[in-house]
Amino acid sequence: MPNKSPSTHYPAQVLHEKTESHTLSVLVDNEPGVLARVIGLFSGRGYNIDSLTVSEVSHEAHLSRITMVTKGTPMVIDQIKHQLERLVPVHVVDDLTIVAQEAGHEKPLERELALAKVVGKGDRRVEALRIAEAFRAHVVDASTEHFVFELTGRISKIEQFLVLMQPLGLVEVARTGVAAISRGKEGM
Amino acid sequence: MAKIMTGAEMVIKALADQGVKHIFGYPGGAVLPIYDELVQQDKVEHVLVRHEQGAVHAAEGYARSTGDVGVVLVTSGPGATNAVTGLTDALMDSIPVVCITGQVPTHLIGNDAFQECDTVGITRPCTKHNWLVKNIDDLARVMHEAFYVAKSGRPGPVVVDVPKDIQFASGTYVGPSNIAHKTYRPQMKGDQNAIRQAVELLAAAKRPLFYTGGGVINSGDTATKLLRELAGMAGVPVTSTLMGLGAFPASHEQWLGMLGMHGTYQANLAMHDCDVMVCIGARFDDRITGRIDAFSPDSTKIHIDIDPSSINKNVAVDLPIIGDVAYVLEDMIRVWRNLAPDIDKKAQAAWWKQIDTWRAKDCLKYKANVDIIMPQYAIQRIYELTRERDTYITTEVGQHQMWAAQFYHFDEPNRWMTSGGLGTMGYGLPAAVGVQVAHPDSLVIDIAGDASVLMTMQEMSTAVQHNLPIKIFILNNQYMGMVRQWQQLLHGNRLSHSYMESLPDFVKLAEAYGCVGLRAEKPAELDDAIMEMVKVDRPVLFDCRVASLANCYPMIPSGEAHNKMLLGDDVDDELDSAVGEKGKVLV
Ligand SMILES: Cc1ncc(C[n+]2csc(CCOP(=O)(O)OP(=O)(O)O)c2C)c(N)n1
Repeated sequence: MPNKSPSTHYPAQVLHEKTESHTLSVLVDNEPGVLARVIGLFSGRGYNIDSLTVSEVSHEAHLSRITMVTKGTPMVIDQIKHQLERLVPVHVVDDLTIVAQEAGHEKPLERELALAKVVGKGDRRVEALRIAEAFRAHVVDASTEHFVFELTGRISKIEQFLVLMQPLGLVEVARTGVAAISRGKEGM
Repeated sequence: MAKIMTGAEMVIKALADQGVKHIFGYPGGAVLPIYDELVQQDKVEHVLVRHEQGAVHAAEGYARSTGDVGVVLVTSGPGATNAVTGLTDALMDSIPVVCITGQVPTHLIGNDAFQECDTVGITRPCTKHNWLVKNIDDLARVMHEAFYVAKSGRPGPVVVDVPKDIQFASGTYVGPSNIAHKTYRPQMKGDQNAIRQAVELLAAAKRPLFYTGGGVINSGDTATKLLRELAGMAGVPVTSTLMGLGAFPASHEQWLGMLGMHGTYQANLAMHDCDVMVCIGARFDDRITGRIDAFSPDSTKIHIDIDPSSINKNVAVDLPIIGDVAYVLEDMIRVWRNLAPDIDKKAQAAWWKQIDTWRAKDCLKYKANVDIIMPQYAIQRIYELTRERDTYITTEVGQHQMWAAQFYHFDEPNRWMTSGGLGTMGYGLPAAVGVQVAHPDSLVIDIAGDASVLMTMQEMSTAVQHNLPIKIFILNNQYMGMVRQWQQLLHGNRLSHSYMESLPDFVKLAEAYGCVGLRAEKPAELDDAIMEMVKVDRPVLFDCRVASLANCYPMIPSGEAHNKMLLGDDVDDELDSAVGEKGKVLV
């Protein structure tokens, strides 16, 4: 149906494509304001950020790698990639989800680290430790009344761990966000 | 090459080394060291504006009419914030501008110092790139990089923010040679396979169409020549966006006129019905496409653009070609020659016949009047009386802008300066200042509206001070005409705050500024008054009293497809009833 709203001259939104989640890897010059440029682009153009991590990856070349997980229709994801490429300090943008799919994988390699503080005594404490072992989480701090667990893994694993810890006295969580890389011998 | 100098000296030296002849600016505390250098040299001439927005628009006019980079110098805080509208305008229309802003000394940044603002933060989303220079050793390099980024690839505005202590500090100057940006390298040449496919598609087309935009003009003179050549070889009809007018000659028989919301009937129907569309340096803006899902439903779409983010942004295209228009067209012409294709002459003849029936609608016709100057008539007369001259046209934003686009015909690029993307009222007057600085002996006319022109009126002083004989031709309908038109068509003719109460007497205002005021109220007086305006070698404010309730047609109504255009004829009766008795008195 044509847009029958009498008061706007803008075309109506087209809503038929499904949204997908993609993981992008962005190599940027590590210079002041570069993260603000990337984030400003997302908020300015109304794109989503589900996860974002950034750190310098080459000290000599002053390069940082930003890993972001975003959602959108395929056309929007493509736009995001090209809009990022337009930023002057951006070197390369890789859509790792597409790279993975082209190589026949469902997803790129994605890992996240979480620190979880669990407070409790008696059975709850024993149960927390038992689950932590099952998840291969490390104890990095402890007293008779608490543990701090360190857990690395896929997002789904971390989410599941936190759900299980919730009733056992989970009081605080810190997560790094996703770091991702493509499988295979090809570099970025 | 390497030479020790102060930051302020470096700024001026870098401008001179970049070949800059004129800058537009306004002084203030945080740029005084640069102003002190300016006054002691004569390579770079400074044009003092009256508001920083005017400086940026002037630089845009300068850039658009010459193909060079426009340069702006403003102070920190309010100087920078006043420049924001101009920067956004330049970003939307891809105009190369380097804007140098003063900043508080580095040790005060972040302290809410006097006239401090976060200039790089504020201008980040409205520039192509920006820099805050915190180290004197970076200054010369950043200055040269700024010019490189502003003019390479898809051009745009950049800001270089220079703290006052950096202007005083001394360091080593480096020249512009071998300074390119570390990573920024736009792709110029198109993919050869895609180009071959594009030529094949074009050659096999039955109803081809070129849809061109400002990118052709940005690409330069070669691009406009090649466009004419390819269109001629392939016999393709050509339409263009508002920003692209002049890239293809309006006097050419293959020209269909402008397309889009207020484009011609033939251009919009050809867009709707074509089978192969070649979009060249345009971006499928919403003013062009109308309803997306009904936009040119049966065409194979080829899109040539230097900016990959323009591809598939609004409309999914079948064949993208990323590259500079001139490079891509050159390759297309070569491939076409080699291929020497047999085009479907019969189908194309039928296409042209169809186009001629659309043309016969005469979609721009309006009811002439002997007592009242119709705005369309006024522009037709300006066109007829200035077409043989070396003329540049700028506009403000509103109905007058659309009428200028419809009734002033351009045969050459870089002659038409208008705010397309941002639609900035107040653009045209300062833009005319910039054009006149670049072309002192040419005729520069701002086709203005009574509301828009008041937004940057103060730049008349700039024109007087610098002996710039710009002509401000105001189509005075006493309304924000375009707003009134929409209120009439879309909001039950409730004319909420669109009547311009208390307009100044423009003739007296002209005299107050020390320029020439002219007025025409009847069609019979118009030609003589226009000729007087053209002849006088001083800035002119021309108060042209026009019909106050005329509407701009054709018009694609809200959210409709191209083939659902409203023509003036169709709506006259409806409008009569909509306007009502009280309104009619004003006509
Ligand atoms: C800075 C700015 N503010 C508001 C608008 C919205 N606007 C678009 S056209 C228009 C009316 C312009 O009136 P005028 O300059 O008299 O031109 P006319 O339409 O009457 O020819 C307005 C207010 C705008 N484009 N720019």
